[in-house]
Amino acid sequence: MRHLRQHLPGRRYHHGGGDGSRQGRRGQVSDFKALDGNQAVAEAMRQINPDVVAAYPITPQTEAVQVFSQFVADGEVDTEFVTVESEHSAMSACVGAGAAGARVMTCTSSAGLAFMWEITYIAASMRLPIVMMVANRALSGPINIHCDHSDSMGARDNGWVQLFSESPEEAYDNMIQAVRIAEHPDLMLPVMVMQDGFITSHAMERVEVFDDQAVRDFVGTYTPRYSVLDVENPLTFGPLDFYVYYFEHKRQQVEAFSHAKDVILEVAADFNRRFNRNYGLMEAYRLDDADVALVALSSTAGTAKVVVDELRGQGVKAGLLKPRVFRPFPAEEMVEALSHVKAVAVMDRSISFGSMANAGPLFLEMAAAFYVNGNGSKVPMVDYVYGLGGRDIGPSEIESVYMDLLRIADGGEVPNLVTYLGVRE
Amino acid sequence: MATQTSTPTRLTLRDLSKKSDRLTSGHRMCPGCAAPLVVKQVLMAIDEPVVVTCATGCLEVATTIFPQTAWNVPFIHNAFENSASTASGIEAAYRSLVRQGKIEDNNTRFVAFGGDGGTYDIGLQALSGAMERGHRMLYVCYDNNAYMNTGIQRSSATPLGANTTTSPAGKVVPGKRGMRKDLTAIMAAHNIPYVAQASPHNWRDLMQKVRKATAVDGPAFMNVLSSCNRGWRHDADETIEMQRLAVDTCMWPLYEVEDGEWRVTYKPKEKLPVTEYLKPQGRFRHLFQPGNQHLIDELQQEVDTRWERLLKLAGES
Ligand SMILES: Cc1ncc(C[n+]2csc(CCOP(=O)(O)OP(=O)(O)O)c2C)c(N)n1
Repeated sequence: MRHLRQHLPGRRYHHGGGDGSRQGRRGQVSDFKALDGNQAVAEAMRQINPDVVAAYPITPQTEAVQVFSQFVADGEVDTEFVTVESEHSAMSACVGAGAAGARVMTCTSSAGLAFMWEITYIAASMRLPIVMMVANRALSGPINIHCDHSDSMGARDNGWVQLFSESPEEAYDNMIQAVRIAEHPDLMLPVMVMQDGFITSHAMERVEVFDDQAVRDFVGTYTPRYSVLDVENPLTFGPLDFYVYYFEHKRQQVEAFSHAKDVILEVAADFNRRFNRNYGLMEAYRLDDADVALVALSSTAGTAKVVVDELRGQGVKAGLLKPRVFRPFPAEEMVEALSHVKAVAVMDRSISFGSMANAGPLFLEMAAAFYVNGNGSKVPMVDYVYGLGGRDIGPSEIESVYMDLLRIADGGEVPNLVTYLGVRE
Repeated sequence: MATQTSTPTRLTLRDLSKKSDRLTSGHRMCPGCAAPLVVKQVLMAIDEPVVVTCATGCLEVATTIFPQTAWNVPFIHNAFENSASTASGIEAAYRSLVRQGKIEDNNTRFVAFGGDGGTYDIGLQALSGAMERGHRMLYVCYDNNAYMNTGIQRSSATPLGANTTTSPAGKVVPGKRGMRKDLTAIMAAHNIPYVAQASPHNWRDLMQKVRKATAVDGPAFMNVLSSCNRGWRHDADETIEMQRLAVDTCMWPLYEVEDGEWRVTYKPKEKLPVTEYLKPQGRFRHLFQPGNQHLIDELQQEVDTRWERLLKLAGES
């Protein structure tokens, strides 16, 4: 596998900052602020200063656009804020504004994302670099406002790049990088930045916020290649496409997506250089010499790190792999990173109803990745569906998963392919 | 945004004949369809640069078959129900980019088209939102009284009794139940600067309304009757005549609402009975069979009531 190190940053947040600010490598100053995940995203949006934001409130995303609308009201950004009457119109307006050559952002959750679905698909098909934060929340019914990943997993095949964030800090960093990823000439695809609803959207943490100018320099200016506002060179966007061309257009979208991994890594490398924070396609935590490993997205990975440290203290060789990028799915790199472990547990915060053993989407991708890239050696792999509708996941549950893994690694039988962790049966 | 309020000038055929078509020939709309006439008249009435959005429907599918396009102006089709919200985004982008000095203010006008299905029904919410927010755009509904693109299904613009494929005249149900939704009045209730109803057979009236609509610094809505000979079941060369009959029977009154002031822009010298309009159209044929006279009576009564109400609103009675 090529350049694996590059995809596998180790520990993060190396820098100090005792006085509440620090001098970066290029003389850039950053500040440490107490922000929740929504505020951190709004802060990133303020610094990016998009041309158009169209958004509609839905818990737990609401605060992000609420804070941002205050920036608009106070003249701190140049953004036209379109207070649409629905998420469907939010995404529709984003498509219009994106086609007009504007830098465009929005935020949503759950039912809001589901209501956008028809248009998120169109946004990607039109190759519009829209950036959207999704504060992950369960889908109805029954109605539930708390975190799981069924919303963004429902949109996983829409053609958007999907980045998952563990913390408010990562949500902030991912928003900034998302702009560059989306607008990269090799890509021109919309990007979704996920964080866990309430768990990080509403949890206040210490967030390192970079200097406004440094962020502006990083994202740069956007020069669209085509614009529906170009009246001198009129173009037709979104025509009728029969079987004579439709397939080729989808093939072109695939071609664009094939550049996504390189683009994400290129942008991350520049981000790391400027801001000294290491991002890749995923993060490996104490994985190098691990016997057993967990794969978990977003905030659960943070909890798992605590468990890994505790188990390591007891001499258990536990490790963790946290995918940052779910679309494009970094199959080869994931398999490579886990090739030496004796058993793998995949943590899914959503279900793909009716799939193999009713597993979750992350497990299904991992199983496919191992089948194709696993060098024939079969690593036992099990799925844990957990945390639906915001059901708490604590260190003790995660520890129990590692205990299962140790038994499996020891030659014990794989009890269930899919386990529902923390559910009352 | 700098606003240019062009005073509507008198339109002459000689001047108009010098303008190039913004919707070119070679599109695949059916012979006899009024929609391209509507579009051509609307766009010809505007002197400024224009950006067009369009809902899914006959107009979109027949004018943009990849890799060809009949549009000589920038055009975007997004989905069925979001012509207005797509235009909202474009107009917001335009304002933002002009304000920031990223592009020049060239007085671009934004025109959103939608059929009656995409406007009265599935797109009503997006339209209402766009109008309420005050985007500077002209939304034009070409109302052919049904979902024509999917094969003549009833919409809420379909008149009482009309035979469509989802409101067929049968043994116990004589066509579409219930009256049309009065969308133009609904739009007037939004208290936007300009609302009008027009018909392409009266091109001067239509185009003058477009000029007013695009001169206002805010949202404007126009509802334009657009005969579909396939769905209405008349000959392709009778289109303009059907439009005229709709207006002369007061099935489709021509009027405008400017800043809340209602004005009838055309009053038939002799108000024809609705049967004059119904008779030549195959979709109403069953109304003239025994037992269905009451539907014609109801329709006549409704037309009379609405006409009287309109005259009152316009201070003419
Ligand atoms: C969400 C959605 N539902 C249904 C359709 C199918 N559809 C495409 S065009 C159309 C009817 C359009 O009717 P109308 O707006 O009256 O325009 P016309 O075809 O008569 O010009 C329908 C139902 C669609 N494209 N999208």
